[in-house]
Amino acid sequence: MKCRVCGGNAVINLKAYNNALCARDFISFLENRVLKTIQRYRLISDEDRPLVAVSGGKDSLSLWYILNRLGYTSEGIYIDLGIEGYSSLSLDKVKSMADMLQRKVYIFHLMETLGKGIDSLSRIIKRSTCSACGMIKRYIMNRVCMDRGYNVIITGHNLDDEASALLGNILYWKDEYLWKKGLELKETEGHLSKKVKPLFLCSEREMAAYAILKEIDYVRDECPFSVDAKSLVYKDILNRIEESSPGTKLQFLKGYLKVSRTIKAQRKKEDIDYCPICGYPASGGICSFCRIMERFGIEGGIKFDEYKPVGLST
Amino acid sequence: MIVEIDGKTIAVEKVPNVMRLMEKLSINKEAYLVIVNDRLVTEDYRLNKDDSVKLIKVVSGG
Repeated sequence: MKCRVCGGNAVINLKAYNNALCARDFISFLENRVLKTIQRYRLISDEDRPLVAVSGGKDSLSLWYILNRLGYTSEGIYIDLGIEGYSSLSLDKVKSMADMLQRKVYIFHLMETLGKGIDSLSRIIKRSTCSACGMIKRYIMNRVCMDRGYNVIITGHNLDDEASALLGNILYWKDEYLWKKGLELKETEGHLSKKVKPLFLCSEREMAAYAILKEIDYVRDECPFSVDAKSLVYKDILNRIEESSPGTKLQFLKGYLKVSRTIKAQRKKEDIDYCPICGYPASGGICSFCRIMERFGIEGGIKFDEYKPVGLST
Repeated sequence: MIVEIDGKTIAVEKVPNVMRLMEKLSINKEAYLVIVNDRLVTEDYRLNKDDSVKLIKVVSGG
């Protein structure tokens, strides 16, 4: 198969775009797609101080790399959930990327804060591990922005993550979540930082190909707790549809963006309550995170470690 | 032909190209990338019996 741009040997066939590209032209295609997404949907502006949530996986590490390449200078936040044999390996990958980019990364250690990893914590608070993980991550990402003066948190959610979540919300008609998804979650002054997803229209396959071609060292192993995750079932179903009808996932999300814009505009703005302790949005009373802190008898602020690559002065 | 998939090494009867290999192993083309002799390749890539073939899963739970 030949590259449709230069005629060289193609390394990837992009059926959704009826395109095949060589390594150089694919890298340029993907970086351009991220740039266009940021610009078209006004995800990050020149005045913003963004922070990238990095997990050690292909999406977030590639995104961090691409953003800095595109001139969106950004530091990172890594949330160490204390998963034996997985979290420390992930952190090593994050530090390697920080070294390469010469960017600082903030690190939150759940084990140092609570004396428990996510597995034990989820059992204590009677939530599934994935639900507890999501709650902790959303809180910490926001908290580090608030505490350290960043105004935009950037996550590496890709097209497949978003399409599978949307499918799950539709299958169970989760009306409370269904129309809240999108490329951007707006900020609430003093409570919630803006959250953006520049990889919203980039598939998981494209992101893996980018990471491989750019030799980005990412964690290949699956999180041990996500083995039975429903999102994997939804992704499998969507990939089977995609294989027979290329471009379906992209149209699914683009259609959602169009429809949800109208529905969001029609809906009344919900009243939001805020946690009386930390100010984080909470539906009545103290937020889930502060409740955990109270339960464990922990007072005071959240501690973040900072990893600074050698040679980085600020 | 020796093929590495999901960290395991398996022996597969020789097939003419990557597409046939993926079909033989019932692998979704959206869920895997194929590396032959350390290079990313498209599904029409013609395979030789001495090729080093790796199938990389791209899907994660996230």
